[in-house]
Amino acid sequence: MSFVKLSASVLAIAAVSATTAAARDQVQIAGSSTVLPYASIVAEAFGENFDFPTPVVESGGSSAGLKRFCEGVGENTIDVANASRQIRENEIKVCADAGVTDIIEVQIGYDGIVFASDINGNSFEFTPDDWYKALSAQIVVDGALADNPFKTWDQVNPNFPAQPIAAFIPGTKHGTREVFEDKVILAGCEHTGDFDAYLAAAEGDSDKAKKKAAEKACIALRTDGVSVDIDGDYTEALARIDSNKDGIGVFGLAFYENNTDKLQVATMSDVVPSTESISSGEYPVSRPLFFYVKKAHIGVIPGLKEYAEFFVADEIAGPDGPLAEYGLVSDPELVKVQDAVANEATLGGGS
Amino acid sequence: MTDITQTPNAPVPSDKPKGGSLFEKDPRTKRRNAAEGRFKMYGIAAIGVGLLMLVVLVTNIVTAGMGAFQQTFLELDVTLLESKLDKKGNRNIDDIKKVSTFGYAPLVSAALESEVEKLGIQTDLKPKKMAGILSKAAMAKLRNYVVANPDEIGKTVSFRFLANSRVDGYIKGRVTRASIANDKSISSEQLDFVDQLIDAGVLYKAFDPDFIFGADASDQRPEAAGIGVSMLGSLFMMLVVLALALPIGVAASIYLEEFAPQNRLTDIIEVNISNLAAVPSIVFGILGLAVFINYMHLPTSAPLVGGLVLTLMTLPTIIISTRASLKAVPPSIRDAALGVGASKMQAVFHHVLPLAAPGILTGTIIGLAQALGETAPLLLIGMVGFIASNPPDGIVEGFLSPNSAMPAQIYEWSKRADPAFYERAWGGIIILLLFLVTMNTIAVILRRRFERRW
Repeated sequence: MSFVKLSASVLAIAAVSATTAAARDQVQIAGSSTVLPYASIVAEAFGENFDFPTPVVESGGSSAGLKRFCEGVGENTIDVANASRQIRENEIKVCADAGVTDIIEVQIGYDGIVFASDINGNSFEFTPDDWYKALSAQIVVDGALADNPFKTWDQVNPNFPAQPIAAFIPGTKHGTREVFEDKVILAGCEHTGDFDAYLAAAEGDSDKAKKKAAEKACIALRTDGVSVDIDGDYTEALARIDSNKDGIGVFGLAFYENNTDKLQVATMSDVVPSTESISSGEYPVSRPLFFYVKKAHIGVIPGLKEYAEFFVADEIAGPDGPLAEYGLVSDPELVKVQDAVANEATLGGGS
Repeated sequence: MTDITQTPNAPVPSDKPKGGSLFEKDPRTKRRNAAEGRFKMYGIAAIGVGLLMLVVLVTNIVTAGMGAFQQTFLELDVTLLESKLDKKGNRNIDDIKKVSTFGYAPLVSAALESEVEKLGIQTDLKPKKMAGILSKAAMAKLRNYVVANPDEIGKTVSFRFLANSRVDGYIKGRVTRASIANDKSISSEQLDFVDQLIDAGVLYKAFDPDFIFGADASDQRPEAAGIGVSMLGSLFMMLVVLALALPIGVAASIYLEEFAPQNRLTDIIEVNISNLAAVPSIVFGILGLAVFINYMHLPTSAPLVGGLVLTLMTLPTIIISTRASLKAVPPSIRDAALGVGASKMQAVFHHVLPLAAPGILTGTIIGLAQALGETAPLLLIGMVGFIASNPPDGIVEGFLSPNSAMPAQIYEWSKRADPAFYERAWGGIIILLLFLVTMNTIAVILRRRFERRW
């Protein structure tokens, strides 16, 4: 009896496996968890307005998404990779080695990165210098590089309250971390003049190598527990702030706007983060968001090109569209992006 | 006699026996009794703490999750204007489909405006702001209705639309005027308007079947998200697990228990099956990713792959419980069958297996329940994200097209930015727990009714 069942089910599985050769009919997307909400809003609207099935959007992070994207061409690979940073040279090379040569890069807009603390706590007006001084592993004390001695915010900047420094920043697998390091820590490092001290201490064969080493030393963050890497999502950082009211977290603008009842946002260089101040370029900490389309899949996977075009259409990604409403800062040069998608312009200029 | 001579000074036995009276406890007995009493107290305290935790957990889940089963609705009569929906007027379905959901927004604002006039509500809000209290799913509902019933264009139809998650939170007490001070998606004037609509009786909270049967929704409309599609995903996965793990597991245990020679090889196999039961489930996820997706090229996010991974996880549970119930069948049954001339296989399949069946079923159900609540392996095979958005078209599609599973959907909701998703995550937990409790109850009933004791 069991053997009959066993063989029957083995046959059934074999039959089911055989049908996987049949065409995939929905677009498959993976990548950045920052882009995920936007991609899911577009995917949902796409499924509602077109006769194609709703695309499937997986998260996992920009790097993981691009890695899967570069696995090769074919129905078993994803069609679109979402990324909160631009694709790197070495990733393009990995792609090319696997046969993924024609990649269409689509910039969908900008995302602001905000610093927020508990709604009932102290409010802050930060500058990049403050963050550099609070979090860098080494800073200049009395003219020489020394381990970061600061424990409370008033030691960093006399204008701040005497609140212990506790920062919840994105872990290294997040694209947000890179922006935080580049636009906040490194900017502060250069602005305070500490960069020269790092440069003097840096080792390297050439000036370029020295500069690189100095930059790397600048963005090395302290490891004494004052700054905590959050490898999960923004919800985890929010939960940490909930339990440690002194904590200050790094969030995406859209996440903050959905949780204004629990968080208060800090200004950066006297600018309040908002879609307006980010699109005008006043608010300094923002980064472009992208998605990458495999050109070889256009025409093979139904709805792929339509999805890409729909994503950047005015009614979706424009300043009055649902993405902007959710917190995306729309690209001022959206028309160019729309043209690029329509012409299927690939990276490296080929079309 | 000797007793008396050896203890001449002893008290009279009938008066006070050696070792004290049974009615009068000596200090040693008192200590032992006290230790027993303390142990009982510890036991009761432990059970008490356990029960208290359970009560706290269940109350927590129920209070946090019950809200998800109810949603705020707004009754609205919408005039399906021909000038907006079918400009050519020939009811050509392709032309009607060209109007996107965004094209339906003005209809909803207009309907709300006329409703306000009809009810005599005084408000300074612009129609677009008024429509801001509705879910974005309203436009989709309207468009689906029009595409399905093109003949209704030009008529006025009554709809029940979902209110958006902030308004819903306001009705449920999660959102207050103080908490929305910095909120851009809703204003205090809009809440005043909501109050007026409640007074007029068109805006109310009601049971929402779409939470149980509906599909997942994007981050912008938590109010429309449902767990139905991922429930189907779980169902298809369980079918795969049942179809594979039960026959393979039972066959393997019958062989090991009844036919296999006792030697070092079978010993190693037995030890490894027990070890396999203790392997963390995430390991099976990585294995599934490497073998089923990267090597065998099965589709990612498919319930088939999820089912295969969970089969690996459930097999040891089923094998162990099946072997235990086979062992519990007394050898006399086998001997009797063999004695009247049955072959070994006949003895096993005609006599031993039917007697062991209740135990096997119980083990299988518990294994399935365990697999149903498993999340970790599913994270690795792409079942987390915005996946459960389309109900599958058919059986084959159900196995192969991307889908999520209930625990993975709950995990996904708990990650999303809008606090309304948090409520839905708890609601999803209630549904998942109901499934688990039901399955375990069935297992208990089967064991009670059919299991024989020897």
